[in-house]
Amino acid sequence: MQMQPEFVEEARRQAEICNACRYCEGYCAVFPALQAERAFAEADLTQLANLCHNCRNCYHACQYTAPHEFDLNLPKALAELRHDSWDAFAWPGGLARAFQRSGTMIAAACVLGFAALFLAARALPADGEGFYAVLSHNAMVAIFAPAFLLPLLSLAVSLRRYWSHVGGGRITLGHLRHAFGSAAKMRNLAGGHGDGCNFEDEDRFSQARRQAHTAVLVGFLLCFASTSSGTVLHYIFDAPAPYSLWSLPKLLGVPGGLLLGAGALWLAALKFRADPELGAPRAWGGEMGFVLLLAFVAWSGLGLWLLRDSAALALILALHLGSVLAFFLLMPFTKMAHGFYRLTALVRDAQRLEAR
Amino acid sequence: MMDTPDIVVIGGGNAALCAAIEAAEAGARVLILEAAPKPYRGGNSRHTRNFRCMHDGPLSVLVDAYEEEEYVADLMKVTGGHTDEGLARLAIRSSQECLPWMEAHGVRFQPSLSGTLSLARTNAFFMGGGKSLVNAYYRTIGRLGVEVRYDAHVTHLELEGDRITRVDFDHEGGSHSLSPRAVVVASGGFQADRNWLARAWGPAAKNFLIRGTPYNRGVVLADLLAQEVASVGDPTQCHAVAIDGRAPLYDGGIVTRLDCVPFSIVVNKDGERFYDEGEDVWPKRYAIWGRLVAAQPDQVGHVIIDAKSINLFMPSVFPPLKADSIEDLAEMMGLSAGKVAATVADFNAACGDTSSFSPMELDGVSTTGLTPPKTNWARPIIEPPFYGYSLRTGVTFTYLGLKVDERAQCATAGGPIRNLWAAGETMAGSILGQGYLAGFGMTIGTVFGRIAGKEAAAYANAA
Ligand SMILES: Cc1cc2nc3c(=O)[nH]c(=O)nc-3n(C[C@H](O)[C@H](O)[C@H](O)COP(=O)(O)OP(=O)(O)OC[C@H]3O[C@@H](n4cnc5c(N)ncnc54)[C@H](O)[C@@H]3O)c2cc1C
Ligand code: SF4
Ligand code: SF4
Repeated sequence: MQMQPEFVEEARRQAEICNACRYCEGYCAVFPALQAERAFAEADLTQLANLCHNCRNCYHACQYTAPHEFDLNLPKALAELRHDSWDAFAWPGGLARAFQRSGTMIAAACVLGFAALFLAARALPADGEGFYAVLSHNAMVAIFAPAFLLPLLSLAVSLRRYWSHVGGGRITLGHLRHAFGSAAKMRNLAGGHGDGCNFEDEDRFSQARRQAHTAVLVGFLLCFASTSSGTVLHYIFDAPAPYSLWSLPKLLGVPGGLLLGAGALWLAALKFRADPELGAPRAWGGEMGFVLLLAFVAWSGLGLWLLRDSAALALILALHLGSVLAFFLLMPFTKMAHGFYRLTALVRDAQRLEAR
Repeated sequence: MMDTPDIVVIGGGNAALCAAIEAAEAGARVLILEAAPKPYRGGNSRHTRNFRCMHDGPLSVLVDAYEEEEYVADLMKVTGGHTDEGLARLAIRSSQECLPWMEAHGVRFQPSLSGTLSLARTNAFFMGGGKSLVNAYYRTIGRLGVEVRYDAHVTHLELEGDRITRVDFDHEGGSHSLSPRAVVVASGGFQADRNWLARAWGPAAKNFLIRGTPYNRGVVLADLLAQEVASVGDPTQCHAVAIDGRAPLYDGGIVTRLDCVPFSIVVNKDGERFYDEGEDVWPKRYAIWGRLVAAQPDQVGHVIIDAKSINLFMPSVFPPLKADSIEDLAEMMGLSAGKVAATVADFNAACGDTSSFSPMELDGVSTTGLTPPKTNWARPIIEPPFYGYSLRTGVTFTYLGLKVDERAQCATAGGPIRNLWAAGETMAGSILGQGYLAGFGMTIGTVFGRIAGKEAAAYANAA
């Protein structure tokens, strides 16, 4: 588990300048944590990198950006280190390196997912109405249960590695409350003053990224809740799909899909306008691929519902489930991992605040 | 491109931007000529962190109250009475109303930065620092239709009788002229012109570092002085502080400050101490150290501390030199090892009881029988590793400037110039004769920038 020395060194160089300046301390959680140190060990820098959400406020506020000889670009330095840390902690190693960076690899994984689902639909039995007429419930569970659990295991290993790297201690309820509180309110995405961040249009503050991210997160959680409610209906109430529009899975799933689909496209549009040189340029393709994958999952899910009675159902089901399969399997190795790392970093930050 | 602006504002820092906002809001067509390219726009204002603001009660991030009389008294103390009290009171009184105005125009404040607690009540800190303030104002003038030309160096204002009739400037390789109805000068001091500094200060000035922008070369100031526009202030007066000797020649800004002097001894090139390092807390002393260092051979000082003091001050941007013995450290500094060792030994021998040492306050832990003495925080320098920094004089701004009245208007011996106003550092000498109060530069720029903008617009709109 080695971070690349040039990223560590560059982050350290910049952190030392910021620590002598401190003008940006009001923007986010990175600066108070940074200012608590005098010398920066690799683990300190990893933690700072995972506290940063690349809002870029500190870049545009900085009097030392290029062409100044100090050449400050903290959002980039932290983004490079952050991505590198995800590579380093990923388990099994190597996979992250491929998918974090490359949208093409993500697309390839999707195609494999589609193909797998086509084959499954052909080969495995069908046993019901709606999409169960294409693929039976049991077959779906046989595919998706491991596809969901394996990535969780992988993430757990990665986070455990992160935790020991940054020297985390015993976690209390208070730490969790702090971390989830920050994340839920997206406190740091508000930019310290509530005007948002400098993401898509140089130094103009905007709430766009925060709102798009909220749409994606809420949409995702609604979709997840929809699937969970379907599972409960299926197993406990013996009420298998398809569900009517006024059922819980649909009431959660339709708005969820719309939010997720719109939010992901919005994020992609913002990302197109944002300057890649203020992030980790190597990871741009992987991040874009991931956002588009999310959009695909959402819109194909909605398509499934809209075209439920058409002949294309089997095709769309394979596309949707194939993308969902790719999404879950890649979870530990794509941008999706950031949410988990970020929460972990916030828990660690809560411990720092408490120890103060 | 605007060929017939009503008002030309010269400069692109805080004072210029405040003037442009007021003028544009009053309906005038405003053009800003800024000498710097876009990435360096904003002059010294881009390096600032706060402004000093009077308040009768809690105001935005400011707690308690900081009333006019206290503010005036603070100012009188640092300037030794070299203050135009009428203009100073005008600036102070108006500052209270400026804070909400700044917020309404995009500036965001935060409570005082860590490590600056002493300013929590008196100074409002810009979130993100001065460059974020400058960015916010540029966004605002963009919405107001003000045009900005970067890389536009004003070279001459043609004064005919009591009016400015022409503004000459260089831009994109060519010379251009404009004849606006009114002009606001907000182009700062002349500290970036090292030759001018050397004329005022002597050859020592060649070794000074300039803390802020390289674009404040006083071109417009010199041009107006040559046309006998009324001036104020002493050319040899500048605000200078002691900063890290490795700082860049220009634009090093805040990070080059060194806060370790009170816990150190400082020797000159000959390895000798020259002043009481523990005279007062550092924020109150860093300005005089600029002059002290300027008076030493080669305008350099060397700070020596030992291991027990390394964590007592704000981290600095350049790592210190580090050695296991004083002799080795002296050699790394290029000083005579024997001489420095003797100076340290004399100092150590003069230290007494250090049990009441207290880094944050005047602790009275002093030397006895030493010249110069160290009157606080005097602890022997004995614990390796030893650390060294070099100190040089860093010039913040110059005081010589245009003399203005309470309407920010310029004048000649014959009376006011009808269409010329000045704001910011370029007229700060009208208020401050010497000395400096942290955060007052931005107060002057904001208050007089706004006045100049309103006055210029009123004149241009009536013409
Ligand atoms: C490191 C540092 C920190 C400071 N911190 C503080 C602080 O925290 N609080 C505070 O109150 N003060 C601070 N000051 C002082 C403060 O910067 C000044 O008082 C204030 O910025 C002056 O504003 P201004 O608009 O008059 O000048 P500036 O902001 O310097 O603007 C002058 C402008 O004129 C332009 N210009 C110059 N010549 C020409 C020309 N010939 N043609 C066209 N344009 C020209 C320049 O490019 C520049 O844009 C600090 C200064 C420095 C150097
Ligand atoms: S990003 Fe620039 S302005 Fe902000 S704290 Fe760091 S050095 Fe200072
Ligand atoms: S980019 Fe935003 S979150 Fe990251 S360090 Fe800068 S201000 Fe903080």
